[in-house]
Amino acid sequence: MKKSCRFLLLLLGLLHPVNDCAIAEEPQASVSTGASVERALAQLTSEDEAMREAALRTIIEQGDVNLIPRLDEIRANADRSIRQVIKPVMDLLKNRANLESPKNDVRRSAATDLGTSGKQVAVPWLERAAGKETNKWVRYTMEESAALLKLATDDPSTKLAAAEKLAELSSQNGVPALRELVKAGESPDATDVQQGLAKAAASAIERIETWAAWSNAIETIFRGISLSSILLIMSVGLAIVFGLMGVINMAHGELMMVGAYGTFVTQELFKTFLPAPMFDYYFAFAMPVAFLLAAGCGFLLEATVIRFLYGRPLETMLATWGVSLVLMQAARVYFGDLTAVVAPAWLSGGQQAMVGVYLPNNRLFVIALSVFCVLAIYAILFRSSLGLRVRAVTQNRNMSACLGIPTRRVDAYTFAFGSGLAGIAGWALTLIGNVEPGLGQNYIVDSFMVVVTGGVGKLAGTIVASLGIGGLNKLLEPSLGAVYGKVCILVLVILFLQWRPSGLFAIKGRHADS
Amino acid sequence: MTENHDIQPHAQRDVGLAFWVTGFVLLILMPLLNVIPPEDSWLHLSDFSLNRFGKFLAFAILAIGLDLIWGYTGILSLGQGVFFGLGAYCMGMHLMLTIGKESVYGSELPDFMVWNQVKELPFFWKPFYSFPLALFGAILVPTLFALVFGFLAFRSRIKGVYFAIITQALALVAWLVFNRNETNLGGTNGLTDFKQLLGFRLSEPGTQRALYVVTVLCLGGAYLLCRWIIRSRAGKVLIAVRDSEQRVVFSGYTPANYKLFVFVTAAALAGLAGMLYVPQVGIITPAQIGVLPSLEMVIWVAVGGRGTLAGAVLGAVSVNLGRSVLTNYFPELWPFILGGLFVAVVLLFPDGLIGILRNLKEQVRVRKPVVVAEGETLT
Amino acid sequence: MSERGSIIYLEGVTVDYDGFKALNNLNFIVNYNELRVVIGPNGAGKTTLLDVICGKTKPASGRVIFGKDTELIGKREDEIVKLGIGRKFQAPSIYANLTVWENLDLSVKRVSKGVLHTMLKTSTHEEQARIGETLEVIGLKDYAPTRAGSLSHGQKQWLEIGMVILQDPSLLLVDEPVAGMTDRETEQTGILLQSLAAKHAIVVIEHDMEFVRQIARIVTVLHEGTVICEGPVEKVQADARVREIYLGRQKVAHA
Repeated sequence: MKKSCRFLLLLLGLLHPVNDCAIAEEPQASVSTGASVERALAQLTSEDEAMREAALRTIIEQGDVNLIPRLDEIRANADRSIRQVIKPVMDLLKNRANLESPKNDVRRSAATDLGTSGKQVAVPWLERAAGKETNKWVRYTMEESAALLKLATDDPSTKLAAAEKLAELSSQNGVPALRELVKAGESPDATDVQQGLAKAAASAIERIETWAAWSNAIETIFRGISLSSILLIMSVGLAIVFGLMGVINMAHGELMMVGAYGTFVTQELFKTFLPAPMFDYYFAFAMPVAFLLAAGCGFLLEATVIRFLYGRPLETMLATWGVSLVLMQAARVYFGDLTAVVAPAWLSGGQQAMVGVYLPNNRLFVIALSVFCVLAIYAILFRSSLGLRVRAVTQNRNMSACLGIPTRRVDAYTFAFGSGLAGIAGWALTLIGNVEPGLGQNYIVDSFMVVVTGGVGKLAGTIVASLGIGGLNKLLEPSLGAVYGKVCILVLVILFLQWRPSGLFAIKGRHADS
Repeated sequence: MTENHDIQPHAQRDVGLAFWVTGFVLLILMPLLNVIPPEDSWLHLSDFSLNRFGKFLAFAILAIGLDLIWGYTGILSLGQGVFFGLGAYCMGMHLMLTIGKESVYGSELPDFMVWNQVKELPFFWKPFYSFPLALFGAILVPTLFALVFGFLAFRSRIKGVYFAIITQALALVAWLVFNRNETNLGGTNGLTDFKQLLGFRLSEPGTQRALYVVTVLCLGGAYLLCRWIIRSRAGKVLIAVRDSEQRVVFSGYTPANYKLFVFVTAAALAGLAGMLYVPQVGIITPAQIGVLPSLEMVIWVAVGGRGTLAGAVLGAVSVNLGRSVLTNYFPELWPFILGGLFVAVVLLFPDGLIGILRNLKEQVRVRKPVVVAEGETLT
Repeated sequence: MSERGSIIYLEGVTVDYDGFKALNNLNFIVNYNELRVVIGPNGAGKTTLLDVICGKTKPASGRVIFGKDTELIGKREDEIVKLGIGRKFQAPSIYANLTVWENLDLSVKRVSKGVLHTMLKTSTHEEQARIGETLEVIGLKDYAPTRAGSLSHGQKQWLEIGMVILQDPSLLLVDEPVAGMTDRETEQTGILLQSLAAKHAIVVIEHDMEFVRQIARIVTVLHEGTVICEGPVEKVQADARVREIYLGRQKVAHA
């Protein structure tokens, strides 16, 4: 497991830069307050409306974030109408200052706010900030916001350019405003200019929606891969055990639950006994805990139940189902129904891959984990002496026994290892859902299907079947809904088994039936 | 079967004494104990108990069918709840429609449809206005469904663990589909609030008593039918399939046909069980047909003793009796006990209650001659 | 050996298990009423040969003709059985939970083996008489009501042979019938097979050279999926290549 820890640390390092989604901070002061601003501040509460307007403009144009406490003061003493005027000015100033913030998220949300403020004055700020911006997605938002504001001006040529820019950016946020323009162009008393604008807006919308369709497709594929990798992590332990002993462990889902509760307990222990800064490390620490707990349970299960049922796979299924009921109820009695694991900060949030394509970190993590698990299993099966024995026993149990391989012990270790993998699956699932006694049940029938479809003998079968079932699931979901998607998949699996009754990769040759 | 009859064991043709005794108790004694003794007498069997027992006996019908497929033929179906559900829903739909204007909303439509703003009765509900069609449907729908599903499964030689998992997936999918509102089957809440059957009020003890008697008769019929099947040569083929499917093939049989036959028979019996269950219990929801209930059905047979029809009946009744008693007093304990039963039966008592009874009998029989022998030496 | 006189005719049959050629362009012909013994070292493809004939394994290429002109490739196993090919497996394959009588009763050749027919019809006197005869032939007369699972290994082998006989096949495929038998049992089995050869064509796979000498008229030697030698026992034993790959090993084993 040393290897896995190293891998995790690596992952941690890779994902770390994302760790900057903190709350907006007040930026440092840089410009001193000029005399004109002082005057404007004084005039804010003036009776004369024109003078007030002018004062506001001055403050917006020349003021900075340091004025905010003073504005707040003025606001506290002013009457309601003035308060209402001052508030947006304060926001503008704050957002303007935030455009300079060192934090990507702060800059980006400031840009978004400015884009929806409707204040034309922000356009040059945004454009200036965009010019200096180094982060792609922050710059994107700045440009988008500037274009959105420009779209609201009265000048047709600016509007036209803004529509063009929004189309270029594939901005989904621009669509409502663009639709307004299209509608305006359709009214019977529309001017030529309005009609021209409408045309430009319509073509912009079309471009944006074409892109949206693509990005949707990409997100669907991502969700498919993400579900596939969850299925893969869950099924792979099941498949190894099935391949070796012909046993389907119906308590596999509950071993995942054990892993998940192991994670939960680790979290609670960290919370209680260790200083707060250590908390984020609990998750990495929980992985071996989950693995060992589940592997231990699996070892016990093998020694007390499964060992006595070799060659009777159906009875094994029933007995392990009994065990799963007991484990589930034990968890329910001991832990209650709902317990959640807080994902460490570095696993919350996500990555923007493209316009409209947002990839949550926890999902990315699960995908990486499944790849890691598969590689680790390959390494163990094909590079270690245990793996050699496992493969030998899988292929020919009697011959292996004759060669002095302790087949019973190999069974026990393999079963424990498969169970440990279930524990890791449970550990990963805490990122995606609640930790509850029924956790294992949610996906388990799907992973049985994966094993059956993949067949025994080759891990590749499990991988392909996970991808197939997970991918189809997410592909069918948008059009058919989750339930009918499942129905469809069952039908497809049955039809597939017509063609290949023992799954993708069946063992061929004279031992096939024995 | 004449001259060589004597060298074939188990060839007794008449049903045993146990059958007649059980039949007498279930069919005559229990209803009489319900009707005749006054309510405060210790002999009195309450309406509730009789009704509950009727439910168990409906389950026993299903268990007999399941035993045929699992106990005799060795095919583990984890989707028996689906066939039960299909039968139950067919009957439930008829009962829903006979509620008529008595419903909460006073509409001809079932309440849940009014609630879901369904304006017109869906087409597949319409045949269920007719009682004979509902009876027919409760058997036919599961039968046809099993026929299609079984044909696909057995034709391609899906067997063993694979078949078990596919049927379990079927149970999951059926549960999901029946839970949906747009399938117009009542969603999560299922079908309930039944008022009458053929004009008889379901709340009347008399109606329930009649349903109980019908259930007992159906159980007897199912038992005799299955007994006849397993004693025919086809029944031997079923056992042969379990022992060595390869040999069956090389003896010129097509195992797929036999499996399909027994799977469909089991499904029909499950449908019958569902049909009898609904008017007695008064509700059917998706919760009764999912993955867990389907597995529980297997454990009835396992506890009673697989491979004997009497065992299936015994198991269905005893597990359900245990359940309804225990969930009353220790609701949290039941899953532990059920799980423990799964493990214990498989590991320690593979022949179930019947096996235990048989062992006891054997011990008595072994002891007897010893006593006689001692007696002889004494005289 | 002409094609028309043969009961089974294999031409150019190749079976490929993931790159391993269990049978390699095999030609194999057996005539009516012939008792043929197939020998060969482990992995020579003997069992695969039987698997191909009875439809259990689909060859990658080649032809398998039964009788005059019935192509077997592409037929299901039960169809092939109905054509008149019976098979006895290497490991005794009987119905352990049925009685010896019931085992035999299920195997009797009947007009139909469909579900309904099997369920409704009881055995005729003639059929019972045949079962009785067979019980005598295989020496299990006293065991008719016994559960087959409790028979000894040799008895199980005989029971299976009896089951195959009752199918009345025109071609009998027998895979290592004497494995695990005592010398006396082996001898009896040899006599049984020889007497059966009067009415049926039989292909026997065997390892035991004593037994082969006892029963064989013509021996086929398989090696690495092809026939390397065929002829009377003496001729085969004299063949240099056979001595090298097969008999040579036997000598070593006996020494």
